[in-house]
Amino acid sequence: MKKLLSIIVLLLISSVIFAQAAQPVEMAEGMFQSGKIYVVVTVLSVIFLGITGYLISIDRKISKMEKELEKK
Amino acid sequence: MKKNWWKIIAFVFVLYTIIAGFLFKVPAQPILHESIRNLYFHVPMWFSMMTILFVSVWHSIKYLSKSNIESDIVASRAAHTGMLFGALGLVTGSIWARYTWGAWWVADTKLNGAAITTLIYTAYFILRGSIDEEQKRARIAAVYNIFAYVMLIVFLMILPRMSDSLHPGNGGNPGFNKYDLDSNMRVVFYPAVIGWILLGVWILSLQIRFEKIKRKIYLRD
Repeated sequence: MKKLLSIIVLLLISSVIFAQAAQPVEMAEGMFQSGKIYVVVTVLSVIFLGITGYLISIDRKISKMEKELEKK
Repeated sequence: MKKNWWKIIAFVFVLYTIIAGFLFKVPAQPILHESIRNLYFHVPMWFSMMTILFVSVWHSIKYLSKSNIESDIVASRAAHTGMLFGALGLVTGSIWARYTWGAWWVADTKLNGAAITTLIYTAYFILRGSIDEEQKRARIAAVYNIFAYVMLIVFLMILPRMSDSLHPGNGGNPGFNKYDLDSNMRVVFYPAVIGWILLGVWILSLQIRFEKIKRKIYLRD
């Protein structure tokens, strides 16, 4: 029984290994395409996102100041 | 949120420009190659500058007719923000020129016109800084600002068209029209212009609000 179980387990493991060898791993390939232009686009988008976030925070601070001035 | 919808449009349009500007198809042109994509980034700087400086001169005229100091604040802040975009336009144009025309700067009517315009607006700030009295400063600056905007139109729009220029869209150079007809580029270029103008107006509105708060605090103390 033990022998049979170990054989099945080993078979399963080998089949898993086999499957991995047969198929190339595919992950987010868009970012790795030959020109890698998507990386630049992502970087610029992040920079712009950061700048916009900064603008929003300044906008909110000024709104707060305006409200405080109106109260007094 | 309701009155901030145009800020969202500014954000979405500029983000769209960054993504589409790099990934969409562009016409293959000799010398320019991929640098043709600069059209989406360099040209909107000038459109934004022209728009914001128009806001500036509009409020200068308004000040002269109504003498409301708030108009002067808008005019001076708009000139400031407009110059930010002008400086960005000059620098990006210079980089683009280096890799297409072969030099950082060429003695071209359009380029020299842009440089002279920058100097004229620098003089506007020097003029403002040299007068202490608020009403007097506002009035003299407003008159000078009208002169500055007229000079801007002359140096950037009229003179380059009257002589040969390397810069597209002037003299005998049909460059810009050729790309302009390309509908692939239009779908990115127009949103880019609108997006950057709105972003510029956003920055301008922050400047104005800040300046008004500063004035209120100053008057209270």
